[in-house]
Amino acid sequence: MAGEKDKLTIVMFSGDLDRALAGFTLATTAASMGMEVSMFFTYWGLNIIKKNEGKIRSKGLMRKMLNFMNRGGSKRLKLSRFNMFGLGTWMMKKLMKDVNYPSLDEMINMAQEMGVKLVPCSTTCNVMGISEEDTFREHIASLAGAAFFLNEARESKVTLFI
Amino acid sequence: MKADKTLDCVGLYCPMPIVKTAAKFKELKPGEVLEVIADDKGIKQDMPAWCQTTGHEFLGMEEEGGEIKVYVKKTHP
Repeated sequence: MAGEKDKLTIVMFSGDLDRALAGFTLATTAASMGMEVSMFFTYWGLNIIKKNEGKIRSKGLMRKMLNFMNRGGSKRLKLSRFNMFGLGTWMMKKLMKDVNYPSLDEMINMAQEMGVKLVPCSTTCNVMGISEEDTFREHIASLAGAAFFLNEARESKVTLFI
Repeated sequence: MKADKTLDCVGLYCPMPIVKTAAKFKELKPGEVLEVIADDKGIKQDMPAWCQTTGHEFLGMEEEGGEIKVYVKKTHP
């Protein structure tokens, strides 16, 4: 039986901008506290770590449609409330910029520089028909499944689902 | 209180003061003291908590005119 480590494991299920910011705030803080941090991205959470530029290729009409409507990328995410066709999200981003709060993209880079491991879920990638090489931003860990997550989680002192 | 180095976090919100403190600590030698200046009140709770987790020593804080000065001593490499 593996012992508990000073480790934080987060499931990033949601692709909402505000939830993503909360997740990365905790991840960067935990890394600053000397904790080992892993983040698992599944379902809509995959949108957080999709690359911002270029096309995301997939095969088949339904998958093409899904990935067109669900393009993702840290700069395209919307607030979970008060999006108001983009106006609310634009306002929130402006308010954050005015107080020098880092953007989500900057937060993700910061987390990666601090050694936070970003792991995409293999099943959701397969279902959505997106490939590891073509879809995500740079320096993402290899695809992994539920067993890998649970193995990390059972040795973590803190596990969150966002 | 005397400090070996100072970190200006005025205008920065959580998690930036803690993230910057952790990065700055890499430049310090054990025994040295870092002064962190911030205006986000959260630091009053966050810095003692950071010290508790990392094992560095929280020396205290001073508050004047909205600015909070926090003193932390590096106790181990």
